[in-house]
Amino acid sequence: MRLRAWDLTIERGGRRVIAELSFEAPAGSGLIVTGPNGAGKTSLLRALAGFLPIESGAFALDDGDGERTVGEQAHYLGHADGVKAALTAGENLAFAAAMLGGDSSRKAQLAALAALGLSHAIDFPARLLSAGQRRRVALARLLVAERPLWLLDEPTTALDSAAQLALAALMRAHLKSGGILVAAVHAPLGLDGAQELRLGVASEAAA
Amino acid sequence: MASPRKRRRDVTPALALFVREWRITRRIGGGASVGVVFFLILVAVMPFALGPDLNLLARLGPAILWIAALLATLLGLDRLFQADQDDGSLDLLINGSLPLEVVVLIKCTAHWTASALPLVILSPLFGLMLAMAPMPLALVAATLAAGTPALTMIGAIGAALTVSLRRGGLLMAVLVLPLTIPVLIFGVAAASAASGGAAPFLSPFLALCALSLAAIALAPFAAAAALRQVRE
Repeated sequence: MRLRAWDLTIERGGRRVIAELSFEAPAGSGLIVTGPNGAGKTSLLRALAGFLPIESGAFALDDGDGERTVGEQAHYLGHADGVKAALTAGENLAFAAAMLGGDSSRKAQLAALAALGLSHAIDFPARLLSAGQRRRVALARLLVAERPLWLLDEPTTALDSAAQLALAALMRAHLKSGGILVAAVHAPLGLDGAQELRLGVASEAAA
Repeated sequence: MASPRKRRRDVTPALALFVREWRITRRIGGGASVGVVFFLILVAVMPFALGPDLNLLARLGPAILWIAALLATLLGLDRLFQADQDDGSLDLLINGSLPLEVVVLIKCTAHWTASALPLVILSPLFGLMLAMAPMPLALVAATLAAGTPALTMIGAIGAALTVSLRRGGLLMAVLVLPLTIPVLIFGVAAASAASGGAAPFLSPFLALCALSLAAIALAPFAAAAALRQVRE
């Protein structure tokens, strides 16, 4: 399996944020997207997830499921973490697992939360959790449903150092099992051997 | 939900979505109960505005109940997709294992059962406050049951169009209310049949059913297309 993009161009509000970007990420490899604010990191991830239209170029997941879009084979975790405040952590995960095609048993939820050090909070309503804890519930989604491509937009936001280490371990395990990871970050993630994709600020505005 | 726990309890995505929507509406205020109270208040203020003429109230009763139901149904519909857009869970729904059209249909079904169905059930009770006779009361409940699905589905299109607007609620009402006029016309016409309306009951009632069925069939596609286009 391999994620490939050719000459990807993305425009937002008439401004060209990504211009003719090409990259390749084979199975088991991580792609770390870096760049200053406004360089188009989020736009790139949202385009790969299928939420933003691309202006030209293409991307594909080779040897993936031909009947599904790239986004439907990916976990996307953005700035808004998609955790429902009215539901408990466990209910959030059960829904995510059912929706994303995973294991919605309580055992799977406990295991996923335990990997992030949050198994005691499984029956807490998410609105009572702190920002970092909600982030960890969102990250636990990556574990209750198996999807080969992870698109993570600044996944370490609000996480304490222990949770950052746990996340790094999860990412390494995902890569080891042949998954692909594209993460936009500002701080180092603690992944060895990941390629870096550096985005600059596109200065020329498209007419 | 009550199925025995097997080695791996696979819940279908559709059922999981329906259960999630139910839980959220039940736990957050502004759901079913507030809609019912809003309906009650609208019906209760009418006699103050129209005066205590019982014959007049009984004659206008079906129309009052229908307008109150229309407004109460649209109340809360503006958050149908916006709540999911704000906290990022719409991303999850879009890339989930269900087509977006089915997601729209299930969300509307859950919204209808949580907020419109209580209105249908309680409308005969509230109609008593308007001095309506038993037969018109039953007809109003029947027409509301047949017509409110159309209101919810048409409202969903407006909710999808205004999903990324901060204060989309009023704009949504402006977009949606004109589209609900046919439903209102046939609904009131059928409901007034027993209290000396112009038309017989059956033909406007069947037109109302047709409107609801058409809305259920078409609105999910329109709302899903709007969600895909409007989101940036």
